Order: sequence, then C-alpha cells, then structure tokens
Amino acid sequence: MSLATSRSAFAPALLRFRRSHEFWLLAVILVLSLALSLATDSFLTLQNLFDLLTSNAFVGILASGLLVVLIAGGIDISFTATASVAQYVALTIGIRYGLGWFALFALAGAAGVLCGLINAIFITKLRISSIIVSIATLNIFYGLLIVVTGGKYITSLPKFFRDGISWFEHDDASGVPYALNLQILVLVLAFVAAWLLLNRTNVGRQIYAMGGNKDAAQRLGFHVLRLNILVYGYLGFVAGIASLVQAQLAQSVTPTVLVGKELDVLAAVVLGGASLTGGVGTVFGAILGVALLAILQNGLVLVGVSSYWNQWFVGLTILCAVSITAWSDRRRRAAKAIN
Amino acid sequence: MSTATRASPAAFLLSRFVRGGAVPMLSLVLLALVAIFWLLLGERIFGVGALQSMAFQLPELGILSLAMMVTLLSGGLNLSIIATANLCALTMAWVLTTQVPGAHGFMSGGWQVIALLAGVAVAAVIGLINGFVIAYLGVSPILATLGTMTMCKGLSIGMTRGNVISGFPEPIVFLGNGTLAGVPVALLIFLALCVPMTVLLNKSPFGHKVYMIGSSEKATRYSGVDTKRVLLGVYVLSSLLAFVAALVMMARFNSANAAYGESYLLVTILAAVLGGVDPFGGFGKVGGLIMALILLQVISSAFNLLDFSPFLTLAIWGALIIAVTALGVVLENFGATRR
Repeated sequence: MSLATSRSAFAPALLRFRRSHEFWLLAVILVLSLALSLATDSFLTLQNLFDLLTSNAFVGILASGLLVVLIAGGIDISFTATASVAQYVALTIGIRYGLGWFALFALAGAAGVLCGLINAIFITKLRISSIIVSIATLNIFYGLLIVVTGGKYITSLPKFFRDGISWFEHDDASGVPYALNLQILVLVLAFVAAWLLLNRTNVGRQIYAMGGNKDAAQRLGFHVLRLNILVYGYLGFVAGIASLVQAQLAQSVTPTVLVGKELDVLAAVVLGGASLTGGVGTVFGAILGVALLAILQNGLVLVGVSSYWNQWFVGLTILCAVSITAWSDRRRRAAKAIN
Repeated sequence: MSTATRASPAAFLLSRFVRGGAVPMLSLVLLALVAIFWLLLGERIFGVGALQSMAFQLPELGILSLAMMVTLLSGGLNLSIIATANLCALTMAWVLTTQVPGAHGFMSGGWQVIALLAGVAVAAVIGLINGFVIAYLGVSPILATLGTMTMCKGLSIGMTRGNVISGFPEPIVFLGNGTLAGVPVALLIFLALCVPMTVLLNKSPFGHKVYMIGSSEKATRYSGVDTKRVLLGVYVLSSLLAFVAALVMMARFNSANAAYGESYLLVTILAAVLGGVDPFGGFGKVGGLIMALILLQVISSAFNLLDFSPFLTLAIWGALIIAVTALGVVLENFGATRR
C-alpha cells in the first residue's frame, strides 16, 4: 500500500524530470563518460576524478554564485575582477599579520561582498542593465588592482596555506594517497549553500520571483534593492572564497590570471539550463553544466586530442546545446499553442 | 514647465540639453576633460604627434564598436566580433604568407585580392551562423555569440597552435601604417565606414527596421516585417564590419594571432553605450559613438603622456560610463521633481 502510493507520487516527478533540461544534460554526460571509460583506461579512475574535481573547483564555485544572480534576472561578469581583488587583499593582509584560515576567508569574503555591494547599488539606482554596470565595474576593479599592486605576484604564501588541508587521507592499492582537499571541500559546500539559499529559504523564492517578473515582484512588496544586494553580494562573497581556493591550488597570487575567465563560467551555468532572462535555473543543472565542460576537456586530453583544439570543441558544444534547447522550447510552445 | 524655468533656468536648460542625446552631453564632458588635460599637459596633448597617434589608435576600436553597435541597436549583442576578426585576419594572413611571396607581378596582386575575399567569406559564414541561430532558432544573442566566439577562437588556436603569422606585402601594411596627406589610412577607412553606416541605419528601410526590432521585436513582426531576415542581416553586417577591423588590425601589427585585441571586446560595449546606444536596443546614433570614441581616446592618450598606467585608463573608462549615466539619472530626477 505504502509502496503503491509512494510510486504514484514518484511517477509524475519522474516524468517531469524526463522532460527537463537536466535529464538530457545528464544523459549526454553519461554517454560521454561511458564512451571515455571504454576508450581510455585512465578516465574512470579515482585519481582522474579527484583531478577533475580539484582543477574545476574554481569554475564550479563561481558557477554556484553566478547561478543565483542569473536566476534573479541579472548578470554579473565582474566576479573575476572581484576574485582577483579579494585574493590580493586577503593574502596581503593575511601575510602581514600572520592570520589563519578563518580570518583569510573572512577577509576575502568581505572584500567580495563589498565589490558585489557596489554592483548592486549601481544596478538598482542607475537603472542601467546589469551587464553594462558589471562590464564597467570589471574594468574599474581590475584596473585599480593592477595600478595599486603594479601587477606583482605574491609567491611567498604562509606554510599552512601552501599545505592546504587533506582530510580522510588514505592510500590506494598502488600507494597513491587520496584526501579530501580544500578545493573539493569548498566546491561541495558552495553547491550545498546555493541549493539551500534557493530552495529552502523564503528569500530564495523571492529571488526566483524577482527573476521571473520584476515588476510583479515589486508590486507584491519585494524590496528590489535589498534582493539585489543579497544576490550580487552573495556572488561577491562566493568569488572571494573561490579566489582563495584558486590561490591555494596555484600556490601563488597572480592578479592578472583570473580576469578573462568570466565567460567560461557563464557558459557553464547557461549550459546547465539557467536562463539569461531570469527566473529559471537549478543548482543541479549548474553542476551538470560545469561537469559537462570539465569532462569534455578532460576527455579530449585523455583521448589524445591536442589541447590546442579544446576551445573549438567547447564552443561547438555550447552552440549545439543552446541551439537544441531553444529549438525544442520553440517546438513545445508551438505544440501548446495548437492545443 | 514655467515654474521650472523660473525656479532654476540654468539647471533646467542643462537637463534639457543633456536629455537632447549623447552628443551634447559628451561634448560637455570632452570640453571639461580637454581643459583639465590642457592645464596638466599644455601644448603636448594637441601637438601633431599626439593627434596623429590618436588617429592611428582610434580606428581599430572604432570599427569594432560599429560592429557591436549594429547588434545592440537590434536589441542583441555580438560577443564574437573579436574572435571573428582574428579568424578573418589569420585566414588572410595564411593566404598572404603562403601564396604571395611565390607569385610575381600581376599574380601577387591577384593573391592579395583573393586573400581579402577569403576573409570576407569567413566573416560572412560566421555572420550567417550567428544570424541563423539567433533569428531562426531563437537563441539569446549572448549565448549564441558566446558559442561562436569560443568556436572561432578555438579554430584559430587549433589551426595556428597559438602562433603568430606575420610579414605581409607592402599594400596591406600601408592600410594600417600609411598616411594620406598626413591622415592615417586606417582613420580614413573608419570614416569611410561611418558615412554609409549612418545612411544605412538612419535613412534606409533596413535601418528603420533594425531600430524597430530593437524597440519591440514582437510589434515589428506583427506589423508585417520579416524580422528574422532583418536580424540575419544585422549579424552578417556585424561580422563584415569585424572583417574590416581585422584588416586594419593585421595591417597595423603586420601580423595576425588568435588572441589579438581581446581586451577590446567589453570596451566596445562600453563605447557604444557611452555613445548613447541603448543596451536594450532601439536607440543610438553613429555620431554619438564617434563622440564616445574620441572621448575615450583623448583620455587614453593624455594618460599615456602623463605616464599613467594603461590599467588606470581602463578603470577610468569604466568609471566614466557609470558617472555619465549617474549624471543623466540625477538630472532627470531633478527635472522631474521641479516639474
């Protein structure tokens, strides 16, 4: 009895999932993974999985933040500059005063929130499109950072920071050690936080509502400035955290290396089904979007395609994915109109 | 109305003047900046050398901004202009460096023409892909052009393995570095593009349709315009303008590469919006864009003479667009409360 009811409740959800963007994305990823596991010995190994997660953590963490902004109906491409600023500020102060993990992350997060706040205020108060504001602030943050720092690297990072963390360490049969590192830990936390914010809080529903129809949300009494501060501040915070994760991986701070990656992150999030017009998008989709691009590039290397061709395949994937999505949406809408 | 004039005629006139469009507003800003730079630099800023170097630098950004502007007017965006330009430049460079040195006399000129035609063909194909995906499949312009941008750049990197192709025949180099009666040829090319672009956008049926689509695509479609064909035309036109930019860029550097001019991408959007182009489409004139470009160029040249970092220029460009928009909003509010 209980089994029957649970199944009947489960079936429509399953049906809905089968029609969703995420289902097709998951299918593509599974097919791709299967093909890669058959074609190479090295794809389906614990080592490769760890490498994949570690090297894509930066993009993934940023994607979890950008997703929130996209759902709110905005767009922000200044987050790479924000990350560069946060990285520099946190580690410069951290090294001078000998700060620990918590203080470093707090500083980076605070610097990020500040940058996000500036974005939110300009976007709401000047009523110009968020893409223009964030292009402007990208140039301002980045330009000032390079002027102030002279573009110098920081390579002498504190020892605890260079070592990072390695929890639950264990060796496999051939003696290769595995551990939960900083990158993977923060990546998981970032997606959990975004999921909680969007799906388990009142404010998360407000973010979806504002992205779906800003005027209606405003008339319902939602405070647009406050919501904008929240979403852009959140992305800023996430960018700050991500910047430290990246610095730990790179073992240095290079102010010029992050800016230019903003469109890669955007591509991953929209591949995951988030709409640029707002109100649509899921954390699971964003994870799949990041995963697809990561597996694709990883697979190309493993199969032996020269890494010079990486971008070509990534571009082709993006163009095909967005075209197929738009085309099927259009057909579904046409079918609905006939009925 | 009359109370406003009585209350503060100067402010009223100023706000009317500013709302008259981008050109008067930017002239004011330009005048103020020129005065400041004059005080700081004296004669140097308007010496023949300084003016000529400005005239050499402006056309590249100018032509690329035109390419961005057409798509902005239609309510879209073209992120692939730089990648298109580089792919065109590499195609031309390949023909020029492999075929021309072996050819003599008439055939040498013939191959140069063929090189140009190859560049045009590449640009046209990319424009058709963009236009088709955006107009006929209904993909959002940011996503579609993000895809083609990555694809084109990927193709350029894949084919050249990131290397530079350099060493072109005299006539090509002349386009980028030569002068006619003291005026750089590149500037003449830019001006020669501005005139037909103005006519096309403001005096032709095609231009009117582009503005109408930018204001409301649905309304335009219901009034019997084949909006899809017009949009296709817009993206092909944008690509062809990117081809001209490619020609000027490769001629000036006497080389081509997959990654030239990438920092221009977001700046072209800034220039267009600063020049009064509405990022949501439907409004904006070539004249405003030219004003904005002159403004940006004067700042960049003066900062160069003052020995400031080029990154400070970048930051100031970003701040400028926010300042100009903020000024517009403040004056508008002022006008509204007075009335």
